[in-house]
Formats: sequence, structure tokens, C-alpha cells
Amino acid sequence: MRLFWSAPVRVRPGRRAVELDAERWTVVNKERLERYSLAGPENQAAVSAGLTSGDWFRSAVPRKRMKELMRRSDHPAIRDTIIWLGLMALFAGLGIAFWGSWWAVPFFLAYGLLYGSTSDSRWHEAGHGTAFKTRWIDQGLYQLASFMIMRDPTTWRWSHTRHHTDTLILGRDPEIAVMRPARLAKLIVNFVGLIDVPTAFGLMFRHAAGRLTADEADYVPASERHKVYRTARIDLAIYAVTIGLAIGFRSWLPVVLIGGPRLYGALLLYFYSFTQHAGMGENVLDYRLNTRTVKMGRINRFLYWNMNYHVEHHMFPMVPYYRLPELHEQVKGDLAAAYPSIWAAYKEIIPAVWRQLRDQEYYVRRELPPGAPPYHQPAPITDGRAMPLATATAA
Amino acid sequence: MVSWIAACGVDDVDPEDVIPFEHDGRDYAIYRSPDDEYYATDGHCTHEKTLLCDGLVMGTVIECPKHNGRFDYVSGKALGAPVLEDVRTYPVKVVDGTVLIDTDTDIDTSTGVG
Repeated sequence: MRLFWSAPVRVRPGRRAVELDAERWTVVNKERLERYSLAGPENQAAVSAGLTSGDWFRSAVPRKRMKELMRRSDHPAIRDTIIWLGLMALFAGLGIAFWGSWWAVPFFLAYGLLYGSTSDSRWHEAGHGTAFKTRWIDQGLYQLASFMIMRDPTTWRWSHTRHHTDTLILGRDPEIAVMRPARLAKLIVNFVGLIDVPTAFGLMFRHAAGRLTADEADYVPASERHKVYRTARIDLAIYAVTIGLAIGFRSWLPVVLIGGPRLYGALLLYFYSFTQHAGMGENVLDYRLNTRTVKMGRINRFLYWNMNYHVEHHMFPMVPYYRLPELHEQVKGDLAAAYPSIWAAYKEIIPAVWRQLRDQEYYVRRELPPGAPPYHQPAPITDGRAMPLATATAA
Repeated sequence: MVSWIAACGVDDVDPEDVIPFEHDGRDYAIYRSPDDEYYATDGHCTHEKTLLCDGLVMGTVIECPKHNGRFDYVSGKALGAPVLEDVRTYPVKVVDGTVLIDTDTDIDTSTGVG
């Protein structure tokens, strides 16, 4: 299989060059989507290569210590959720109070970021069932956060389950945010939800009609699908009422409060989540090769619910977010040094993703500290370069 | 046919915890509930082939360490996505400080009868 961009294309200047460039990008895009599709050939290739449900590297943590780290408590998550919802209520209230003046803008921006970005980490943690000791509170937050982030709670539960089974395995992981080569325009406009929101509504209508996409059909069991259809109908009804209120009152306010924040408040969602895996290894069975841990300050860690400890989270998804800093201390001797800041992570991510536009074999590989267990086998071909699976298996 | 196998000593498992047991090429999980009752299930989660002995025991629930799927280890019942299939349970008895499991008889989860 030829790598994207691997063969230089000679073009003449002028209109013909533009046409050739457009043709080349059409081919690139088609091949890229095919490689990352769960309904494409890479899925079976990953199964055949033994990369699915693989034996991943995990640090050795004594059972007694692991039990301490896994133990659940309602207190931290209830406290944090009250603060989170309280801040949203406060900012929304102030925004409503100043509605009609520019003073409303900063309050709605703050409300929007909490609604449209930080609901992602609440969705994530509650989806794992680790946030609270009491199950119904966890499930309640999961449903609320799923609605806010515009993800169907059932399909995304299964999607995320697959993401943990086959993290960054091509044709298997439905949650690879940054492909190779990256879909840059899509990534950029999605900072204001311009891809996610129309996609989410398209899926809601599809689900409400009793249908799944081909990718969803690959990971959502038949017995769970009725939940998808039911939730889509409920969500569409809520949005219909919201829009009806906006029309009835001749005001944007209902949309600014419900649904709209997923557009104007989405900035932090991808700002945080790109740090998880962007530019890292694919088709590897070691989280130290495909995942980052990034040190963040208290405010960012509150907003992101400690998901910056992402290597640790993937190794031990049983550990609740409020114990991840302790888990990090426990296993850091096995990991490459954590990135000291978001800025440090992006100093690596942006050049890596840029380089992958032309060299899809490139990925970020970091040095492990002395004494750390070596990178897990099977090692990727050609010294850790994550080659497209079809090429790798043919080699 | 009943086939009692010595799995472990009663003190090998902490209260509200689980340990692995392997016999004849098969993996089992041995549980000690908070009220000091002993139970046994298949060693692997029914969702994917992950060892339950690395999971978290909360009361009579075992949570799988890979995807957080939960089972009632007394009845074997799957308690929701991503586990949809019950885990097989086995009869257990304690004799002279040894936990024995009957690896040839699985308990009917609908009746609790072996």
C-alpha cells in the first residue's frame, strides 16, 4: 500500500496544477477515511494481525495499593459537580440579567465553556462509572453530560469501550480525533463545533428513524440499540421545544442556553482533548507510545477532571479522577516524563501533526526513564514507526 | 458430577476482595464478601477476555478492570453495559479453613440452584 504523499507529484503551475492538487487531495481524503473507518479493510487487518483486544502494557502496582486507588467515594465528585452546576447557574443568571447588552457576553462565554467543553470530561468520567460511589448519581450525570455534549449515551458508551480496548488501532478505534494526515480544516472549525453539531443532529435524526451508521453497527450490540433510538427522539423533542420557545419569544436566549453552547463554548473541548493522543503512535500496544500525560494547574484540572493524567487513565480506567494524581506518582517511574504544561504539549503536537501531513510514518516517540520496562511487544515495525497496517502486515 | 477442588485458604482472600485461581487450564475468581461468605465465578469477564481478579469488589459486585462492567458475583448477573452476558458461577464450601469450589457444576443464575 502506498503511503499518502510518499510519491512526489510533479505539477505545472497554473490551473492544471490546482486541478491536480485537488485530485490528489480527493484521493488522500478517500484513502484516509477508508483507513480509519471501522467498516473498512483495516478492521479485519487489525484482527488478523492480533492487534485487537491486545495484551497492553500496564505498570505493576501492588494489589493492596491498587485497591486503595480504585476505591470510590461520593464526596469529591458531588462537591465538584455542585461547583460546576453552580457556576453554570451563576453565569447563566448573570447573562440573562444583562441580556440585551454587551455585558452579557463574558457571562455567556463562561457559561458556554462550562456547558460545551467541560461536559466532555463529566461525560467521560461518569461513563466509566468511576466518578461516584452511588450508581444512580453517576448515571444521572452521564445522561446530563451526554445531552450537553451532544453524544448519544449508548453509542458513545460502546464507542468509548472500543476506544479503551483498541486505543489508536486503525479500523478499530472510533475515537481517533487526529488522523494521518490530519483533517486540519475540520479540526479548526470544530473548535466552534461546526462539524460536531451538524453531525450530532444528523445522527439524532438517523437514530430517531431507527437506524445506525455502519461504524456504530460495528460496536453497538443489537440488544442496546432501542435505547439509542429512544434517546434521539427525546433529545430532538427537547431541541424542538427550545427552538419553539425562541421563535415564540422572538429571542435567541433559549438557544443560547440550550444547545448553542456546544457551538460557542466548544473551544476548550478540543484544546484539552488533542493533548491525549494527537501525533502519537498508532497500531501499538503500549499506552506510553500512543498517549500523553500533561501537567496542568488546579483550574484546568478542575475543568478537565484530571483527564490530563491520560496514560494512567488508560492503564487503569478503574481509578476515579480524584485519585489519578496519586496513581501518577505510583507509576511515573515507568513512563516518559509528563509534559510540564499544556504549552509544552502543543509545542510537540503542532509540529508533529504538521509533519504527518507529508510523512504518515512519523509519530512522537519519547525516551523512557532508566529502569523503566521497555516498550511493549509486539513493537511497531521499523523502530516504532506506526505504519499503515496493510503495509506492516505485508512486510 | 461434583468435583470439589481446593482453591485457597480462607485467609488468602481479604474481606471484600477477589483472588485468581487456576485449575486444569481454566481461570476462576474466588471472592470473599464483606460478611465473610465465599463465592466463585469464571475468571474472565464475559465482555472481553479480561481477568476479573484485577477488578474492584464493592459489596457483592465485581467491577471489571478493563471497561468497568459489573457483575453480581453471588448470582453471576451482568449489571449493565458493557457486560450483557452473565458470568458463570460455581458452588463453594469451606472445609477446615480451605475454600473448595466445584468446577464441574455451574449454578443456574435464574434459580440460584446448582
